[in-house]
Amino acid sequence: MDKRSIAAVLAFSVVAVFFIFTALLIHPFGAPNSTAMDDDIITNTQTETGANNAVTSVVFDYRGFDTLGEATVLFTAVAGVVMLFRRLKK
Amino acid sequence: MSGMSKIVKTITNIAIPFILIYGLYVIAHGHLTPGGGFQGGAVVASGLVMIMVAYGSVWTMEKIKEKNLSMLESLGAFCFILLAFLGLAFGSVFFNNYLVGSNSLFGTVPAAGSGLADINTAGVIPLMNFAVGLKVIAGLFAIVLVMAYAVTKKEAKE
Repeated sequence: MDKRSIAAVLAFSVVAVFFIFTALLIHPFGAPNSTAMDDDIITNTQTETGANNAVTSVVFDYRGFDTLGEATVLFTAVAGVVMLFRRLKK
Repeated sequence: MSGMSKIVKTITNIAIPFILIYGLYVIAHGHLTPGGGFQGGAVVASGLVMIMVAYGSVWTMEKIKEKNLSMLESLGAFCFILLAFLGLAFGSVFFNNYLVGSNSLFGTVPAAGSGLADINTAGVIPLMNFAVGLKVIAGLFAIVLVMAYAVTKKEAKE
């Protein structure tokens, strides 16, 4: 084996060991470390926003500013594509 | 390019109402069931793209100008920001859900717990869903239509 293969095998084993240890250390599914914010949203979403869908209440109410950013990204994409292809129309 | 064969056009004509109704349902029930403006808008936009594929981009561009699509998209964005600023005006905070609990349009508060709620709930969230849905429908369809039209014109030239 030349030096490149040895270096590749070494790098791969180091990264693999890190990944395996992280996978072993991860907390079990459905048991997050801190649940304060989840519980607060789940208990208060119906009285505060009136929405039965907690995800939508987060997206459009608690984090509406984030959705505004997403809408801006879409707007920029459309503007860019329409501007890029305007010459090929003729 | 004048679209695909008569078989494809017929199947599209049969399938398109169901796709559009499903997408509009996902948008309108965004505050009750999984989905919302973005997802339902993507469904409706892919239905419109199916029309464009079946009938050809030149025909579609003649029916719906891309200028109108851009206008609809900007209208959706404007309604969204307007709703956010109405929250600032009526509820003292940007993006405030000022309609909830007012018993007017979409103002009812559902019973707590995991039960079925009626559609007249959630304050400004359904209105924002409609605005974002309009924006996503017009935006995605405009992107695909403009690109397909440009490619068709370029192939016709060569």
